[in-house]
Amino acid sequence: MSRKQKKVVEIRTSPHLKKAISVEQIMRNVVYALLPVCGWSVYQFGISALVLILVTTLTCILTESLFCRLSGRPNSVGDFSVVITGLLLALTLPPGFPLWMAAVAGFIAIGLGKSLFGGLGYNVMNPALVGRAFVQAAFPVAITTWTPGFAAGRFYEFIPSTLALPFMSPVDTGLWVKSHAVDGFTGATPLALQKFEHITAGTLDLLTGSVAGSAGETSALLIFVCGLYLAFRKMMDWRIPAAIFLATALISGPLHLMNPAIYPTPLFVILSGGLMLGAMFMATDMVVSPMTPRGVWLYGAVIGVLTVLIRQFGGLTEGVMYAILVANALSPLIASVTQPRIYGATSKEAES
Amino acid sequence: MGLLNLFKRARTFRHGVHPMDHKEQTAHLAIKRLPFAPKVYVPLAQHIGAPAVALVKPGQEVVRGEPIAEAGGFVSVPMHAPVTGIVRSIDHLVPTAAGPKTPAIVIETYEAATQEVLYGLDQDLDTLTRDELIKAVQASGMVGLGGAAFPSHVKLLPPEGKIIETLIINGCECEPYLTCDHRVMLEQTDRLIAGIRTIMRATGARQAIIGVEDNKLDAVKAIRDKLPAGEAISCDAVETKYPQGAEKMLIKSLLNREVPSGGLPVDIGVAVYNVGTMAQLGELIPRSRGLIERVVTVSGPGVAKPGNYLVPIGTPLRFLMEQVGSSSEANEVIVGGPMMGMTVASLDVPVTKGLSGVVVFEEEAEDQQERPVYPCIKCGACLDACPINLNPSMLGQLASVRQYDVMAADFHLNDCFECGCCSYVCPSNIPLTQYFRIAKAVNREARAAAA
Repeated sequence: MSRKQKKVVEIRTSPHLKKAISVEQIMRNVVYALLPVCGWSVYQFGISALVLILVTTLTCILTESLFCRLSGRPNSVGDFSVVITGLLLALTLPPGFPLWMAAVAGFIAIGLGKSLFGGLGYNVMNPALVGRAFVQAAFPVAITTWTPGFAAGRFYEFIPSTLALPFMSPVDTGLWVKSHAVDGFTGATPLALQKFEHITAGTLDLLTGSVAGSAGETSALLIFVCGLYLAFRKMMDWRIPAAIFLATALISGPLHLMNPAIYPTPLFVILSGGLMLGAMFMATDMVVSPMTPRGVWLYGAVIGVLTVLIRQFGGLTEGVMYAILVANALSPLIASVTQPRIYGATSKEAES
Repeated sequence: MGLLNLFKRARTFRHGVHPMDHKEQTAHLAIKRLPFAPKVYVPLAQHIGAPAVALVKPGQEVVRGEPIAEAGGFVSVPMHAPVTGIVRSIDHLVPTAAGPKTPAIVIETYEAATQEVLYGLDQDLDTLTRDELIKAVQASGMVGLGGAAFPSHVKLLPPEGKIIETLIINGCECEPYLTCDHRVMLEQTDRLIAGIRTIMRATGARQAIIGVEDNKLDAVKAIRDKLPAGEAISCDAVETKYPQGAEKMLIKSLLNREVPSGGLPVDIGVAVYNVGTMAQLGELIPRSRGLIERVVTVSGPGVAKPGNYLVPIGTPLRFLMEQVGSSSEANEVIVGGPMMGMTVASLDVPVTKGLSGVVVFEEEAEDQQERPVYPCIKCGACLDACPINLNPSMLGQLASVRQYDVMAADFHLNDCFECGCCSYVCPSNIPLTQYFRIAKAVNREARAAAA
């Protein structure tokens, strides 16, 4: 009001310049980087994947809005971080995952994984993985029911389990799979095939994504390229995936050399399952990863080592999710023991 | 983040930021004298240390260059009349950039006077002893012209048991917009080298290195052309990166040594001086004159005639702005550079010895806008920017819950020199540097109360 009559003089303290990049821009770019992965998922699995992505994203947005309203905070959907959670969550679920279960996962991811801690920046673990871990425990069958990609008619016909009614067990997809799958589809992911039957999927298949798996984890190459985009925009810490791959290779390499019949090659370990998606997009979640230079490498190494240990020696076929969640929990500890040496620190201080 | 640094060219330090330097507005403009203001206001406390003590009385006539105030102690400097005129007051309160008002000597300029400096005697520097040289530096009223305004002679006298081996002459001028040091290096090269020789004699330093950011290679060439072979003075280009001109960073870049935490450059046998200080000393000391004017860069989007101006100390900013013209959109006037300078609340603030630039913003460019503050997303950008290698994110979280003592005890708060890199890069727009400034002030008060 007074602006018209009287000129406003700004009084601020330095610095008076600001780098022209904001949280919202970072988050939006992560969404852009995820879109090709989503696109591939829809191409591979059809309308079921599309609706799955929409449902988780919408649930996440609604949950965030609800919790913001309940806690009296301004609505924070506009910062795009909730969209990332929604997209990532869908990409980690099986393509034919019942929609009502996906909605539960989305609600838990944002409600339990993020909003209860205070929203963006305050969560302890990656919200998408919290949601996935919850449904993994709640719906163990649905989350390990894999359907083949590239089925005929996938763009107008749902995978039957997708449309299961709430609180009802999904129909068995066995019949549908038999009628749609190319011959020989066993409903097992490359990881399960390798672990239980010692059949190793081809590297090319893993790169391009012509294998069974979660909606968005199949094409390692595409995920890698999308991640590179973020790394080059400096919106993702390249050291974290680098540390994960390095640690994975260092652990699985010797194992493979010891017994090639049981233990897969490091390349297979890196390209199969959710490791690429996890390393590029979930372990690098800024909020839950450490910031100290040495801490970043240590954090990545923990994820790599745990993934291999769970996959090779645990009861589960896939261990990326739990590896990242454990590393998230360890992250404050890692940060506190890896505080950087400051300029001019004397030897006594360098220890602390 | 660090991959491309493997192929580093110029000498440098780790971390730091690369703001747009905006120096093209004024870098090519030769230093120009402005008209004299009708009244000048010379604050008695415009340096670090004890205020000067006035020697003149109201109504007294003074000649340009004449001492008007004497040093109030060892860590203090005298003041000299910036204009020929008549003293109107010796305790007039003027606002300062920092905020509180401070007493100043007011001199009304004689319009008809030639304003020629007649004061001062030629002296042969070679006959002076070290002590006499140090006294001569103090008598010139010289303080660090780079912005710190620390009395120059104090650094010439290292504490017991310490010696100065190396002089670092700071020609980095890493602050965006500022070009006054650049012009001084180009136009006053001889004075600069003369000043360095004097200070080398006063300190007994064996070598002197002039560090210049590599966006000013013309200045490097100009200086090197004037340096005879075999001279103990050298000139080196360092990477253009903010805050290269911070003395700790420049020492790291040029000597690859670190000043101990909590210590001073003299602890490792180094003294750092600004090029502007050296050039002024080279000009003033041989004629035993005092510091009465300085080069000020006036720049920024809100200035009609940006340039490098020779301005008498005590000229009010209002007069300066009238001379250069400011746009009607101008809404932020910064003294010093935009990274570490202060906004002024009043244009009655006078130009002081440590004022290197006036930058006027009009709130248009993307890098000058205020943005909403988000929570910390732990992206770590501040850790990659902090030249001291602090953890600004952690410090910021502690500051937001007022754990100021923990910040100092466990996270090296007192090593922060408020360069502003963390606030500059923070995508969440958290006012980190500003937090740390408050934390340090609160800790100082707590310490003072405990003592």
